[in-house]
Amino acid sequence: MAALPASARCVVIGAGIVGNSLVHHLAELGWTDIVQLDKGPLPNPGGSTGHASNFIFPVDHSREFADITLDSMRQYKELGVFTESGGYEVARTEERMEELRRRMGSAKAWGIPAELVTPEQVAEKVPFLDKDVIIGAAWFPTVGVVDSLRAGTIMRERAVERGALTTVPNVEVTGMEVVDGRIRAVETTQGRIEAETVVVACGVWSPKIARMAGAHIPLTPAVHQMISVGPCEVLAEKPGEISYPIVRDMDTFCYERQHGSDMEVGSYAHRAILWDPEDIPSIEQSKLSPTEMPFTEDDFDPQLEQALELMPELLGDERAEIRYAINGLLSLTPDGYPILGETPEVKGLWSCAAVWIKEGPGTARAVAEWMTHGNPEIDLGHSDIARFHPHQKTRAHVKARTSESFIKTYGIVHPAEQYGSNRDVRLAPMHASQKELGAVFHETAGWERPHWYTSNAGLVEKFGPEQTMPREHEWDARWWSPIINAEHLQMREAAGLVDLSAFAIFDVVGPRALEAVQRIIVAQADVRIGRVVYTPVLDERGGFRSDLTVMRLAHDRFRVVTGGAHGMADKKWFADRMPEDGGAVVVDLTSSWTTIGLWGPKALEILSGLTDADVSPGGFAFGTCREIEVGTLSVLASRISYVGEFGWELYVPIEAGAALWQRLLDAGTPLGMVPVGIGVYGTTGRIEKGYRAYGYELDTERTLMETGMSRAKWKEQDFVGKDAVVAQADEAPKAVLCSLTVDDHTSASGVKRYMLGGEPILTREGGTLTDGHGRHPYVTTAGSAPSLGKHVLMAFLPPEVATVGTQLAVSYMEELYPVTVAAADATPLFDPENLRIRGRA
Amino acid sequence: MTNVLVCVKRVPDPTGEVVLTPDGLRVDGRYAGYTTSAHEEAAVALAVQVAEPSGGTVTVLSVGSEDSLEQVRAGIAVGATDGVLVEADADLLGPADVAEAVAEAVRARSDAGTTYDLVLLGNDAADTGDFQVGVRLAYLLDRPVVAGVQTVAVDGDVATLHAEGPEGTEVYEVALPAVVTVLEGGVSPKYPSVMGRMRAKKAEVERMTWSGTPGGSGREALTVPEAPPSQVTVLGEGPTAAPALVAVLRELKVVHS
Amino acid sequence: MSVVVLVEVEEGRASLVSRETLAFARSLGAGNLHALVVGSAPEAVLADCREAGVVVVHEAADPALERYAAAAWAAAVEAAGRAARADLVVAPGTGRGNEVLAHVAARRGLRMAANVVAVESLSPLVVQRQVVGGAALERATVPSRVRLLSMAGHAVEPTPADAPGEARVQPLAVAVDPKDLRAQVVRVERREQGDSSGLTAAKVVVGAGRGAGGPDGFAAVDALAERLGGAVGVSRVVTSLGWRPHHEQVGQTGSRIAPDLYLACGISGSIQHWAGCASSRTIIAVNTDADAPMVTKADYAVIGDMHEVLPAVLEELG
Repeated sequence: MAALPASARCVVIGAGIVGNSLVHHLAELGWTDIVQLDKGPLPNPGGSTGHASNFIFPVDHSREFADITLDSMRQYKELGVFTESGGYEVARTEERMEELRRRMGSAKAWGIPAELVTPEQVAEKVPFLDKDVIIGAAWFPTVGVVDSLRAGTIMRERAVERGALTTVPNVEVTGMEVVDGRIRAVETTQGRIEAETVVVACGVWSPKIARMAGAHIPLTPAVHQMISVGPCEVLAEKPGEISYPIVRDMDTFCYERQHGSDMEVGSYAHRAILWDPEDIPSIEQSKLSPTEMPFTEDDFDPQLEQALELMPELLGDERAEIRYAINGLLSLTPDGYPILGETPEVKGLWSCAAVWIKEGPGTARAVAEWMTHGNPEIDLGHSDIARFHPHQKTRAHVKARTSESFIKTYGIVHPAEQYGSNRDVRLAPMHASQKELGAVFHETAGWERPHWYTSNAGLVEKFGPEQTMPREHEWDARWWSPIINAEHLQMREAAGLVDLSAFAIFDVVGPRALEAVQRIIVAQADVRIGRVVYTPVLDERGGFRSDLTVMRLAHDRFRVVTGGAHGMADKKWFADRMPEDGGAVVVDLTSSWTTIGLWGPKALEILSGLTDADVSPGGFAFGTCREIEVGTLSVLASRISYVGEFGWELYVPIEAGAALWQRLLDAGTPLGMVPVGIGVYGTTGRIEKGYRAYGYELDTERTLMETGMSRAKWKEQDFVGKDAVVAQADEAPKAVLCSLTVDDHTSASGVKRYMLGGEPILTREGGTLTDGHGRHPYVTTAGSAPSLGKHVLMAFLPPEVATVGTQLAVSYMEELYPVTVAAADATPLFDPENLRIRGRA
Repeated sequence: MTNVLVCVKRVPDPTGEVVLTPDGLRVDGRYAGYTTSAHEEAAVALAVQVAEPSGGTVTVLSVGSEDSLEQVRAGIAVGATDGVLVEADADLLGPADVAEAVAEAVRARSDAGTTYDLVLLGNDAADTGDFQVGVRLAYLLDRPVVAGVQTVAVDGDVATLHAEGPEGTEVYEVALPAVVTVLEGGVSPKYPSVMGRMRAKKAEVERMTWSGTPGGSGREALTVPEAPPSQVTVLGEGPTAAPALVAVLRELKVVHS
Repeated sequence: MSVVVLVEVEEGRASLVSRETLAFARSLGAGNLHALVVGSAPEAVLADCREAGVVVVHEAADPALERYAAAAWAAAVEAAGRAARADLVVAPGTGRGNEVLAHVAARRGLRMAANVVAVESLSPLVVQRQVVGGAALERATVPSRVRLLSMAGHAVEPTPADAPGEARVQPLAVAVDPKDLRAQVVRVERREQGDSSGLTAAKVVVGAGRGAGGPDGFAAVDALAERLGGAVGVSRVVTSLGWRPHHEQVGQTGSRIAPDLYLACGISGSIQHWAGCASSRTIIAVNTDADAPMVTKADYAVIGDMHEVLPAVLEELG
């Protein structure tokens, strides 16, 4: 009966698969004096791990998920708790078959064995499945089941053997002590324990524990229904826990997983049933365990019928009884990604939550690395707890989004899919005007951003199909419009006006601001006032943490402008690196400023008509910013461009945004200027220019060398990642970021297909390519380049094929399309001399 | 042919710690869920055992709210033929009221042409524990009644019943029609098969209302007494504790020779 | 106030719960405490009654009552009630006590309160009674001309009266209606020692859980069960993993057992499992984890690996 120590270096709350994996990896990395708490008994304290179905399908469209899952599988195998069973995803509809073809692409991209098979092939391995119900399937031979409780026990034992761990079960956390924004101690039913680092790894209870410290872990407990039917004679004949492949019946959102002589049927098809962490019963109050809630059979009945269709003899056996049925609680997040990292609210308080069995050990390893030296080997950018904007942490938002996405667990989710719930949260000041212009809004970080304007529909006819490249296939054209391409062309012909209100903006101010910024960014920060610097931000290994622009506004003030989606994480990255003495601080101004982009050959004429300031190329140099008067408005103009045209980002206080927008519209429209959506700004404009985007091409696993963004010489001052980039410069890159053009879009059926991103790049004959990391190339960004009349893909290629003119292929929906390398570095495909930006076109 | 009526009650699952509703008047099943009392699950199993070979029918009846349909259907899922729901707020009824409601349903069914040779009930409800409904029902129907029965066999017009008494298993031979209250333990209740569940979902459940005036249960409040603290006596650690353990076994008189 | 208490005879004495009931009835201020014994009352029972302060023992020795019939016993209670002019009848809260009292209630059109632990007021009758299997208490008002209640077992101590009662034996004539014998015990199959063929009937159950380690980990468990003349019961995980057949499973989804002894080895004791074994008279847990719920809820525990403890126990037993 371990007593609770009075202090520890690190307290890990939770002894499920996540907490157990984490204490193991922390011990491996040299941590000692770890105390692990759980309010339940060992080895099954009553959380989601205890009732997990414990099977692992490695395939996912997300690289982050796939890499973490593959690492978890390696770890489970090493622990001796993995049994390979193989698994099928079966399709009942043609739409699902198409999705399975797309999954083949992701499997190839992430190096996961997979193949499409016929119903007959499925029935060979799963003889009790009615092959007439399905039209095909995907076969994943490396699928398997794990014993997650056993894995947890072994990992705890290993940490104990290292002398690093004390586990105290049956102790409940009752409070958190926070002093000056830093965790100090954890209060429990057995007293107080001091610690400088505390990790919340307690699944569905995590939000409740975080709230005790004033932090947010925005997940929700949600019900996943599961029943177990048995004993089934046909299953009992085979030895061991599992002898038949697991079947995911994708169209009914169900799975069938053999468990000894029982068949488990699980469902993601029912209505979303969400709980509040505070309402989860205690161990004593619950019938089975706190996360095995009473089964609501009406919700499951339709799935039962569908499962019976698929396995009529097995499940229709009158002697096989429904012996176990639960509404199991698991964790869901508003965007589907885990919640990892140090909380932005409380120093030393970490989250390792919303992690499922298949990701547990891999995630724990990455978080342990993060806690130890700041740099997880696998990029966790999508899962960073710092990503949440304030509105995304509200319970209502979490509930709205998870209610909507629950049904998509097995759903067919388009890469550009938009949420319908909790929209219209953050509106740009010119929102009313945009609505009048027929804007089609997509959401970023809660902001409603016009993706294109239906008022520009007429331009599609003007430029014609050769350049606007309309997409014939519904999937390719979903969440897209040829108007984007028409807007792009009109911008290049005259000018475009872009609402950039979603930018995250924060100032670094104070006497030590220069020193702080200098240390964080790669570019020289000690520039004259009024300079604008585009710069990567690196971690210690030289991996990308961000890329952003910095305006020096005063000797002691730098304004950082970055993308909305990643803005909160960037803010934390900067804030964490401010001097301890308060000599420089980060001030969030996102809600103070709105940004409007004005670019194109007519931009000069338009702005000149509204201002007396000299805004000519000669009078307003590229990479500079300054205050100008636009009529009665005082505007901070910054001459940079992300679309390859001459023009400015124009900053005004948010309350003046609508006025500036209207004045620019009024002045520009007669000259051919049109409002241009994010479809142009985010994709077509940048892809023609070969601009890299964080979260697509850039992440912590990529370097300046690989992205073609290296420099001939580095600034004299030290900066985070400098040692690494200096060393990398001497090595040949293991992969090279290239731009490729698609040579022929015609599919076997004659329909022209357009890739959307994530597809594997293969040899022209369909052979596998592998780079120096052991990775297989895949499309990081795909989009139209209307000025070139081409569809352009970006991908990191093995150096040996990264030469202009190399002929390769892209696999899309299980068909090969020829592609050619058009750039093997950052050279723009359009206007490579950058004459337009310079105003010399 | 033996027709059996089984009366079941929807009760909060009694296996977890009792949680009360905020007004302190009812047991709250939101955490543990709702179920049929274990005695009544055994009664359903016995009913199916008796009726099936004889070609008779099993009707599951519940006096309760719309939610009680779940318990009626659960009975059908494990082999009952049809169901009756007498719509009422069971928490407002006392045992005498429930007995009257059931008696009225039995008479109504009889008038409609279905007579029951046996009416099975649980020995006592898992929540209210009144121990009266079956006995009161028997007097209302003027039938013999045996309580605490664990097995039932029917031969012609006679039911042979086994119940555990103070000195051993007591055997009754009772002429039908009769009322029997069942204690769990004599039969393993079944879980439904998938097919059973499907049948139950589609099975017909007749709805009735009770015309009587409830006398009520007299309940004024519920309280949950504190759980007793652990009383464990640790006999020792590892194999060295074996003599102490064996001493306890001898004290309990479970070691022979 | 006049009270009649139904006294059950067990092994020649007033049963423990009957004695508790007598003590409780007396504590309600029954100056006129009557007992009813069905059958001829042995001397030891009379002694128990005297000690409890009983004034009159009504002896219903009619041969028609020899074999138990609840309705006929109820007739005896009615007769005793009339003879004693009772305004309160109390029965032990046993299966039989509750059954007989329910008959009385039904026959007389009275209300009844089962498993009472305390009486707050006699007029009107307000009681605290056990519900939900004893997990909760109900405060209830039970208005009735004659108050009927059964007394939950072990709610009070069977303390003797300050002054012993006379316990005068008064033969009770009971007019037994043949209708009241429609349901009567025809024979009793006496229990034999060691008859424990099935898990649910076994007097001793040796349980094993994940701690068994695998399908080969049950040798000592089987041997001990055999040595104690008992049966083997297992937890859900054991059957789920296919180590043992499902019919051996104890718990929510398996059998509910109530043996004299449950020896739970390597079972952590989930609530699900507990539901199946909580009625065991004595529980001994063998577990490596002293914090396991099975250990904290048990009567006795040995902290250790079942694979080391059980062989030592077998050796000790010889």
